[in-house]
Amino acid sequence: MTSTQKDPVLVILQLSGGNDFMNTIIPYTNPLYYDNRPNVRISEDQVMPLNDELGFNPNMPEFKSLYEQGKVAIIQGVGYPKPNLSHFRSMDIWHTCEPEKLADEGWVGRAIRDLDPNKDNVLTGVNFGRGMPRAMAAPGVPVASVGNLETYGVLTSIEVEQERAQALDIFSRMYSPAMGHGPVVDYLSQTGMDALHGADILATAPGKYSSTVEYGDSSMSQYMRNIAQVHIANLGTRILYTTAPYNSFDTHATQMTAHAGLCTNVSRTVNDFYEDLKEHNASDNVLLLVFTEFGRRVHDNGSGTDHGSGGAAFVIGDAVKGGLYGEYPSLEEDKQSEGNLQFNNDFRGLYATLLEDWMGLDSKPIVNGGFEKLDFISKS
Amino acid sequence: MAEDIGLMAHLMRRAGFGATYEELERRAEVGYEATVEELLHPEDQPELQMDVMNRYMHGWRDKQGLMANQGYWTYRMVNSPKQLEEKMCLFWHGIFCVGDSKCMRARQILIQLDKFRIQGFGNFETLLTYLATDPAMLYYLDNQLSHKEAVNENWGRELLELFSMGVGMDDHANYTEDDVKACAQAFTGWTIANAIPRYPYGSYANKFLYNQFDHIEEDKTFLGESGNFNGEDVIRIIAKHPATARFVSRHLYNYFVADEPQVPAWQSIPPKDPELIKALEDEYFRSGYEIRSMLRVLFNSDSFKNARFAKVKSPAEAVCGTIRLVGDFTTPNPRFYDPALEIGYMGQDLMNPPTVEGWHTGKEWIDSGTLVERINFAAGEMGKVNSTGIKQIIERIKSAGETISAEDLVKRCLEMLGGYELMEENQKLLVEHAATAASMNTKTDEFAQAVSQILQLIVSTQEYQFN
Repeated sequence: MTSTQKDPVLVILQLSGGNDFMNTIIPYTNPLYYDNRPNVRISEDQVMPLNDELGFNPNMPEFKSLYEQGKVAIIQGVGYPKPNLSHFRSMDIWHTCEPEKLADEGWVGRAIRDLDPNKDNVLTGVNFGRGMPRAMAAPGVPVASVGNLETYGVLTSIEVEQERAQALDIFSRMYSPAMGHGPVVDYLSQTGMDALHGADILATAPGKYSSTVEYGDSSMSQYMRNIAQVHIANLGTRILYTTAPYNSFDTHATQMTAHAGLCTNVSRTVNDFYEDLKEHNASDNVLLLVFTEFGRRVHDNGSGTDHGSGGAAFVIGDAVKGGLYGEYPSLEEDKQSEGNLQFNNDFRGLYATLLEDWMGLDSKPIVNGGFEKLDFISKS
Repeated sequence: MAEDIGLMAHLMRRAGFGATYEELERRAEVGYEATVEELLHPEDQPELQMDVMNRYMHGWRDKQGLMANQGYWTYRMVNSPKQLEEKMCLFWHGIFCVGDSKCMRARQILIQLDKFRIQGFGNFETLLTYLATDPAMLYYLDNQLSHKEAVNENWGRELLELFSMGVGMDDHANYTEDDVKACAQAFTGWTIANAIPRYPYGSYANKFLYNQFDHIEEDKTFLGESGNFNGEDVIRIIAKHPATARFVSRHLYNYFVADEPQVPAWQSIPPKDPELIKALEDEYFRSGYEIRSMLRVLFNSDSFKNARFAKVKSPAEAVCGTIRLVGDFTTPNPRFYDPALEIGYMGQDLMNPPTVEGWHTGKEWIDSGTLVERINFAAGEMGKVNSTGIKQIIERIKSAGETISAEDLVKRCLEMLGGYELMEENQKLLVEHAATAASMNTKTDEFAQAVSQILQLIVSTQEYQFN
């Protein structure tokens, strides 16, 4: 499985809105790129080349440096058959691994269930942010969802300590899973108990943490910092998840400015996170997956780009064999799929690689079938 | 608890943001149907007076920033005498999403909400036409960047998928990708006028502009009809489509009656209550797309009356409903931004939904994070023994006599909050706890504290999370 003694940990950063692959990893020597992107383009002299054909967005120097250290696997042309161009549906597909029908069980939720079938640790999976992504939802699987790590706790409004203790005792008895009151009440009961347990443990994390790394102010940066805090606190958490909010990668308009800011933020945040873990000698058992629900239209719309397909994902960490995986989808018109990049890499194969070769799980029941794995994890 | 008061509590929680026991008694005197009519006609109700608030809350008066605007709207939800108007405003906001994260100026969304207050009860076709000309919406979905030579499909697609028909129903798709393209083409030229410079006189609201020179003048085929369609034609065709009647009816049902699965599932999962949905669809066509008529059918239906506590409260309902019972959000004080922030912490960042899909409702409001926020907030409010609402509750319970049994104390507290019903186990735990309280003598100083403790525990239950 892995070379380390510690349990492998997976961190997931979701870039909502559909990140423009073509302006993140830029085919800067391909004339078709410039033909298709008369307005929303990065000029050749600005691109930071990673080889003779492709280069990084100029706002991602930290990412490029991690790549040069061999810590970044770029998964090109990732998607699924018959791409869906609705954000929500496409994100749902990435979350549930079900392109054909609606499903409400998420792949991360299933993985958490397999990692901790007896629910020994309510913090096996932790989400950072408001609202749980569908990826983490699976019936009966506790997942803590933390809006603010510093103030997390139940009935904190009761100030007198003895009264609060009494109230918490009644609370825990009211919410003890006396199931059979209907699915929603049962869900509430379970959620209440999980919250109570999780809060007690999580409250210890910020106190154990100090770091020289200063993260940015964006909510994505702050949540990545929270992820580092919880990981470093050694609470047995195996999957940590957060989302760059507000569909911010949905750059239909004024993309050049907006996307530059987004790239800067992702690049810095990922680097800060990695440096933070390294500083605490806690990076060797962590892989970070960065994904988005789709890429964008090959041809720009004058000021931005519309929904497309065939995007890119990134896996970052010490255990990664850095490099390019899959193929950059062709920009030739007849090789596109209705104006969009043709995917050549099923995202479920990417998940399968992470689940089997990193987390040591059987991926088939989690991603709904067998998919070709990629070889980006070093097995030294 | 008298049956008519229980039913009134239900109506006021759904068609408004709840009511104190005193208000419920007053309204029960007037009667159910008369109250429904009153709620359906906000134009006959007094305006919310903002003079004093505007003097203290400059942000609310100027309406320039998201946080202030959220505070202002929350204040309206809590205090407006036109309760159903605010409820409908929130209803449309949850469907016709725009967000501050992509907006020219925060105020533009308030302008849109004002329109929902006026048109939210009216004709649905008119409402859609208004929406298609609303600068906040056009900007949110990039229609000002959709040109004759470079069509941007964002608005065209979401109009069909999220605002009027939905992707499908009864196991079939409601429209094709070609319909999306035709729809987007019909709305080329629907744009925003150039802004008036901010200086020297200050900021001006944006205005809609129809640019005929940037409109695709050619035949389009949309939902089986062909012609040189413009935006109004597309909306006319949408409004008369059965899928639209179904979509609006299901949304009303999900918001007012009982939780349905999330919108994307509506293509394959039939309505929970096909009879009421059918009645609402029929009323949609009978009345000529009048939302007010549909609401009248809804509130007077047995399905609605019997759906007590069949919905998980939205964060706005959880926060505003609790505050209305406590009554401490009426006159200016320094913590006046908190209620709106709480709604955000519970997962409903008003005027800034996570995506154009809006918020997922029902059970999906709840996760371990948001449940903690709900419980902590509501319990905190119930601890305010000096607030008007809690004082009133305490006084009423005291008036029953010199002593009170633990059973009666719990029972009276549940009534005072609007007729909540607890599971047997939880009721028993609360009675046991009440029995250990320092004093069951209503004349003692500690009695107020004992009542407040029971109230705090009630709002921490699973049952209180339901509306």
